[in-house]
This record gives sequence, C-alpha cells and structure tokens, in this order.
Amino acid sequence: MTDRQITLLFAGITGLTVLILVFIIGYVMINGLPGLTLQFLLESPREMGRTGGVFPAIVGTVLLTGIALIIAAPVGILTAVYLTEYTRDTWLPKIVRFGTESLAGIPSIIFGLFGFLFFVIYLDLGWSVLSGALTLSAMILPTIVRTSEEAIRAVPDAYREASFALGSTRWQTVTSVVLPSAKPGIMTGVILAIGRAIGETAAVIFTAGSSLRLPRTLLDSTRTLPVHFYILAREGISLENAYSTALVLILLILAINIAAYTIMDRLAKKES
Amino acid sequence: MVEIEAVRGKGAREDNNRRIPENGSPVKIHAHNFSFFYGDHLALRNVSLEIRHNQLFTIMGPSGSGKTTFLRALNRLGDLIPNTRHEGSLKIDGTDVYDSRTDIAELRRNVGMVFALPVALPMSIFSNVAHGPRMQGVRHQKELEEIVEKALRDAILWDEVKDRLSDNASRLSGGQLQRLSIARVLALEPEIILLDEPTSGLDPISTLRIEELLWELVERYTIVLVTHNPLQAARIDSRTAFFLMGELIETGSAYDIFTRPKDKRTEDYVSGKFG
Repeated sequence: MTDRQITLLFAGITGLTVLILVFIIGYVMINGLPGLTLQFLLESPREMGRTGGVFPAIVGTVLLTGIALIIAAPVGILTAVYLTEYTRDTWLPKIVRFGTESLAGIPSIIFGLFGFLFFVIYLDLGWSVLSGALTLSAMILPTIVRTSEEAIRAVPDAYREASFALGSTRWQTVTSVVLPSAKPGIMTGVILAIGRAIGETAAVIFTAGSSLRLPRTLLDSTRTLPVHFYILAREGISLENAYSTALVLILLILAINIAAYTIMDRLAKKES
Repeated sequence: MVEIEAVRGKGAREDNNRRIPENGSPVKIHAHNFSFFYGDHLALRNVSLEIRHNQLFTIMGPSGSGKTTFLRALNRLGDLIPNTRHEGSLKIDGTDVYDSRTDIAELRRNVGMVFALPVALPMSIFSNVAHGPRMQGVRHQKELEEIVEKALRDAILWDEVKDRLSDNASRLSGGQLQRLSIARVLALEPEIILLDEPTSGLDPISTLRIEELLWELVERYTIVLVTHNPLQAARIDSRTAFFLMGELIETGSAYDIFTRPKDKRTEDYVSGKFG
C-alpha cells in the first residue's frame, strides 16, 4: 500500500472511533436533555425517582469519589516513590508491580464483594459513604501506583544526580526535583482513577447502598449517579430520568476533567 | 571570529603558567593506591596523586580510562551505583572521604560537581541556583537573592539572565546552561569544584568561555577538570595527569606532558595516535 492509502485507512479508523463516541454521547444527550432542568439537578427524587431530581446522588457521587481520592492518592503516590526511589534494585518493586497489575485487572464487582464482607459486615460500617469510599480507594489504588511509578521512572537520572551533587538528601531530591517533574504524569493517573471511581456501579451498590436521602454523616447510606441510573433503568421506574441521570454523570466527568487540566496548565505556567 | 578573538584576549595565557602552584601551596586532595571496582570490574588501579590548594588540575584520557570514576569518588557520587567498592585511601584535607564519619551531603556541598551534559533542574533560573542553599536551609529571600546574584556573576552569566531569572532554566542555550550549572555549584561556596568534560557538548565559543572562567575561579577554588580531549588539556595548560585503562600513567605540567612525555603511551595519546 502507498503512504496515501495508509493515511486514508488510518483516517478512516480514527473517524470511526470518533463516530462511535459521538453517537453514544449524542444518543444519551437526545434522550436525556429534555429532562435535564435546574430542578432535576437541585431537587430530591420523589416516587423512587420517577419524578423529582438527582441532587442526593450528585452529592453521594462527589463525596464517594472525593474521599476515595483523598485516601488513595497520597498512599498510591508515596508507594510509587518508595518503589522507584528507595528500593529500585531489589525484588520488592517487581512483586508489588505484579500485584498492582493483577489488582488492576480484577472486575470491580469483586472489590464490591470484598468491600461488603470487610467494611460493611466485618468492620460493621454498614452501607455507608465511608464503606463505599474505602472500597473505591482500594479499587483505584493500583491505577495510581502504576501510573505514578511510570511517571517517576521517566524523570531523567541526570536530575537526581545534579541534585545529589548539590548535597541534597534523597527526600529533598524527591520533593524538590523528582515529584515536580513527574507531576503531569501523576496527574494523568489521578484523573484516570477519578474516571474509574466516578462511573463505578458494582463496587458501590454493595457498599454504599442505594438510599435516596441526602447523606448527613459519613456513616449514612447513599446512592451514586451510576447506581441511580442502574436502578431507574433496571426496575423500569423511569427511562427518561435514567437518561437524564446518565447525562448528568457525563457532564460531571467532563467538568472534573476540564478542572483538572486547567489546574495542571496553571501549575505548568507558574513554573515556566 | 571577532568574538573568539575578544574572548581569547581576556585571558593572559602567558601568566597562567606561573599561577600553577607546584610545591608552594598545601595538598588539598591526596590519593594513595586508590582503586575502585564496579562489581568485579576494576575501573581504577592503584592511583596515587596529589592536588594542591587553588590548583587547576586536568585529568585527560580516552573513554574508559577511569577519569570520571576518580572524579565521582571524590564527592562519593559513585555510591549511587550499587555494588561498588574501593581500596586504598582518598583524602581531602587529610580526611578520607570514605571515612564512616563523613557526612555525605556536607561532602558534596564542599566538593561541587559539574556534569558533561548540562542539566537544567525543572525550575526557574533563580531556583536552579538557589536550590543548593535552600536544601541547606537558607530560607530568607533577601539572602537567597544575594547568593544567586553573586554566583551568577562569578559564573559570568548574570548579565545574560538578570532580566529573566523567573524563566524556566530549560530555555537557556547549552553554553549558558553549563555556566548555570557552575553557578549552582558556586552558590554553595564549595572548596573544590569537579568538572566532568564540561564542554563536550558545547560550541567552540562557549568552550573558550568556560575555559577562561576556570582560570578566574581557580583564584578561589581548587578545580579538577576531566577531559577526553588532549587539545583542551593543552589549551588549559595546567598541571595535567594522563589516565589510561584505569591507571595513572604520568603527571606533570601540560608543557612537559606535551613536549617531553616520559611514557610512550602518553606520547602516542598526545600526538593523536589513539584516543
């Protein structure tokens, strides 16, 4: 094949990918937009969600994802630092890497089962925001460790040497040279993790429950947007509201992504 | 061309020879039967030499001659590579750098190092120079500003960067970046400066600038320069040692080494038969 033909082929494949994406989002938008009003965003659901809005589910989603991130991000990033900067030439990183890769491939419903047995029953946290967030943090931890590790590994050794040669300790080198250079890669991993956590259904329905009330404490049960959508559609309560819920979820993910990249851009500009 | 002449005119090469302290000043660095191993590989074999206070000392030799290994032993940067060991002694001011009581961070602040590939730490020009003092605990902005300005002036970079200290350092040219690396080291006010082929990636004008700079800095510092280029050793024209395959072949003034080498291998190297 000539270069021209190859280019056309690749353009076609790329076009197909974009088309599928546009079709799915477009389909959800067409079906969801009519029901998407300000009241829908700000009101509590009535009649199991047949009427009313999704405000408690928005709060539940943001709470669960936020708390999961607050737990998993520091633990994951520090684990990655330990594996790359402190134990690089030993067997430990290899074993942990194998473990994180295996964990990343486990279906989320297994995490849900684990969370149900361990957090909900054994630790007696019940169906709660906390149980859900802890389960989600366990689920996204491997992603964060793996991507952070790769980002830190990609920092040139010349930076470390230059820093050591100036009399910096290892920790000083990590905080002042290594982590700032790895920041964009780490942020990408965190954003991926947010995406995974926010859209999670199986791991959450077993651990956070499906209460329609606004959670008042971390031990209250709550319902996330994907769970709400799942119940509305599955039990045939209201397909229109299910689509509107899905649209809210898509917009939420979009907003978080835009916010994250804006923050990253700002940080990058500040440094240059 | 004009610029090369201008740069060359600044240094008084004839005077430089007389500035080389031969026996007058005290010994700063003393290696005695020093050997260094990477695993089973012997990289340096029984090297014995003396480098004096405020001396510009050039180590030349082809790749794999052990010159960089020697340099990295002096500030113990070789420690970063696992599975290394040494034999013999390597003393700075009479204290062995491998003494168990040595504070490695302190040693590295005192023995600064400039690398072959100029490295911009991923931060501003100002922060690059302020990095060392900051890590040492200097927090006061005013004090840092003074340190940075002095270091950049001493590295003859101040006039080129004074209006853009907050720019990211990676925007500097190779030659500027290498002077920034030197400023970074100077900011710590070390006693010894090690330079590992600092001009290998630079154009001829930048190279001359750095070489001139070395002769200015040696008034206040002891400098050890490593080069694989005999022509540079001849240009620098300081006390010179020739390393080959992990051994010190001979030491002498550049003039002696280039005009009447004692060893056949030195003669072959400086006349370009290998290397």
